[in-house]
Amino acid sequence: MLAYLLRRILYAIPILIGVNLLTFALFFVVNTPDDMARMQLGIKRVTPEAIAKWEHQHGYDKPLLLNFSASGTGKISDTIFWQKSAGMFVLDFGYSDDGRNIGREISTRMGPSLAIALPTFLVGLVVYVSFALLMTLFRGTALDIAGVGLCVLLMSVSALFYIIGGQFVVSKLWHLVPISGYESNLGAVKFVVLPIFIGVIGSIGSSSRWYRTIFLEEIGKDYVRTARAKGLSEMAVLFRHVLKNAMIPILTGVVVVIPLLFMGSLLTESFFGIPGLGSYTIDAINAQDFSVVRAMVFLGSLLYIVGLILTDISYTIVDPRVRLQ
Amino acid sequence: MSFMPVILWSDALVFLLLAAGISCAWYVRQHEHLLLPWRRVAQNPTAMVSLLVLSLFLLVGLLDTLHYRVLLPENNNGQKVYSPEVLSVFDKLLAPLRTHTEKTYSAPLAMTLYAKESISEANGLVSREYPRLRYGGAHLSDPQQRDGDVLKRGLSGALAGLLAGLLIALSGKRPLARHGWPVRPLLIATLIIFTVIGMTADLAGAYHVLGTDKVGQDVLYLSLKSIRTGLIIGTVTTLVTLPLALLLGIAAGYLRGWVDDVIQYIYTVLSSIPSVLLIAAAVLMMQVTIDTHPQWFDTSASRADLRLVFLCLILGVTSWTGLCRLLRGETLKLREMEYIQAAQAFGVPSLRILTRHILPNVMHIVLISLVMDFSGLVLAEAVLSYVGVGVDPSMISFGTMINAARLEMGRDPVVWWALASAFGFMLALVLAANLFADAVRDAFDPRLNRSAVAA
Repeated sequence: MLAYLLRRILYAIPILIGVNLLTFALFFVVNTPDDMARMQLGIKRVTPEAIAKWEHQHGYDKPLLLNFSASGTGKISDTIFWQKSAGMFVLDFGYSDDGRNIGREISTRMGPSLAIALPTFLVGLVVYVSFALLMTLFRGTALDIAGVGLCVLLMSVSALFYIIGGQFVVSKLWHLVPISGYESNLGAVKFVVLPIFIGVIGSIGSSSRWYRTIFLEEIGKDYVRTARAKGLSEMAVLFRHVLKNAMIPILTGVVVVIPLLFMGSLLTESFFGIPGLGSYTIDAINAQDFSVVRAMVFLGSLLYIVGLILTDISYTIVDPRVRLQ
Repeated sequence: MSFMPVILWSDALVFLLLAAGISCAWYVRQHEHLLLPWRRVAQNPTAMVSLLVLSLFLLVGLLDTLHYRVLLPENNNGQKVYSPEVLSVFDKLLAPLRTHTEKTYSAPLAMTLYAKESISEANGLVSREYPRLRYGGAHLSDPQQRDGDVLKRGLSGALAGLLAGLLIALSGKRPLARHGWPVRPLLIATLIIFTVIGMTADLAGAYHVLGTDKVGQDVLYLSLKSIRTGLIIGTVTTLVTLPLALLLGIAAGYLRGWVDDVIQYIYTVLSSIPSVLLIAAAVLMMQVTIDTHPQWFDTSASRADLRLVFLCLILGVTSWTGLCRLLRGETLKLREMEYIQAAQAFGVPSLRILTRHILPNVMHIVLISLVMDFSGLVLAEAVLSYVGVGVDPSMISFGTMINAARLEMGRDPVVWWALASAFGFMLALVLAANLFADAVRDAFDPRLNRSAVAA
């Protein structure tokens, strides 16, 4: 198991290098730092000196991949690619274009993001699985058909509708919670309730339907027939046998998103004014702050790979037949 | 000629897709075994009603794809000068809706603007009143007559639509029944749709049926124009995903070895980046390129259009990995099948095995995944446009409509109609697409355990 994990972690390194090369290509080869400087400075103030000054300030006045004027390891390290991306492997994200330390921003903004993402995830999981089990229990009946129809309807509605509609009804008409904002500690509760509720409702359609498919696939198997033949009640079959056996497909879809919860949700956070990583990313996109976007891309892929490794570990926990080698 | 046809990049791609779709349909018609699952789809009432709705959307989208530029009357030394504005046949058909712009917001079917303004009268007095609209209900002298007029027009339009629908439904009834299609649901759907269209058309002649937006444009017109953008995002993207996923997925599964390793590496890298961020990064870069090369575009429409095409390209590049993984898995399974091994033993060249034996057997996966992805892409457009990495702000789309209207929920009285129309039209499109996709999946997926559902 340990050897397996070590190999997986080593395998993650080339993937992260690939991610870095890709973002590097996107940000520096498609458009040269000159173009970026022009964008940032605006059209009016563009002079060659201003561009050079901007590039020097932000460390873009070096060769892209190989520096032939430097000596020794400087050939590789004294370049934009090395300077801008090597630090990310030790989680040093450098500075944003407006001069702030990205690493510190990330660590302070992680809390608010988690305050919304974690409850949404947990409540959502319980709600979706229960709803799917209910539909499975009544499969083939009018209740099941109505449930599936409701799921299709809910998943056809834009996520923006849930957020805008929810804010309008709950905050503006009923005045139950503030429209947007955030406070630390316990004061946060009144701000996070609505985003969590909307987050759960928003994906109830697609998730419940997906779980229902998994349960239906399990329920057609032989061991279920055996369990029924033993005289077990339908509830016992569903909870003691089907639910346990459906764990592997469920974990495949679920565990991988757990690390990504740190990243927060772009839409929810920016609509509700939560100072988390999601709204940080949106602000960076709108301000065209490429350093922040690059850092978030790297962080996102790192967390995704952690999620994949966690998924493998979780298999060994729920299914003793799975051995990682 | 008094106009010059314009083929934008997205138009060309739509025509390409249309040609591909028609030739595929023709090919399927010739082969009974390919037609069989489609017959199952055709017997499904929900699927056929959804298809009816979808084809109406498609008709609007296609009419909106035939673009042209009008010849300007003033000649420049005998040279022909065309208007910089690119119009479509659909714009021409809805010319009154497009040109009848008010000053600012007005509610659906209203005769006045939504807010009071100071109006100075002839005798020098200034009063605060709701100003009358330039076009909405302008034919009426007394605002009291509006309700009666709306009722009259609505009823007469509905009646005309109902009659037209009846005519079409009755003439189509017999051929439909012969093919075993669900006649009654289709009949009812046709009648409802035509009644609604007739009613809207009659009212739209004299009112703004769904109100007007901030700059006074008719919301019904904006909603209808958004359909093309949504359809293009949902379909043109497949032009990118399909070749990539098919080629790489089958190659990885069939050739294995280092090819498999490389392809797996590529898609793991791509799928490990959160898709919204990858799209955002790519779109930001594209924006820089477009902004620094203004000389590439002769009209603002062509710039917005190229941005739309690039958005499809980017969406395609970020979304082929799922299908590729499915195809690789299926090909890995297929290549161990006896009939493939027999073909290999007979010395059939690899290329022939791939095209004759493997490709046809993975097509159902491709088809299911394409129809399932469509609705997700339409929804994604709205979200991306909100984040600021979607279509060009000047292009009419559901996303830009929602983005422009969402701040108006804070006003008093609430300006709800633009948001409601955008969400309503989007819901109709996505719901129809989802229901149709479900029927296609049920008909094509051999794994689907029908007995389990029946049990």
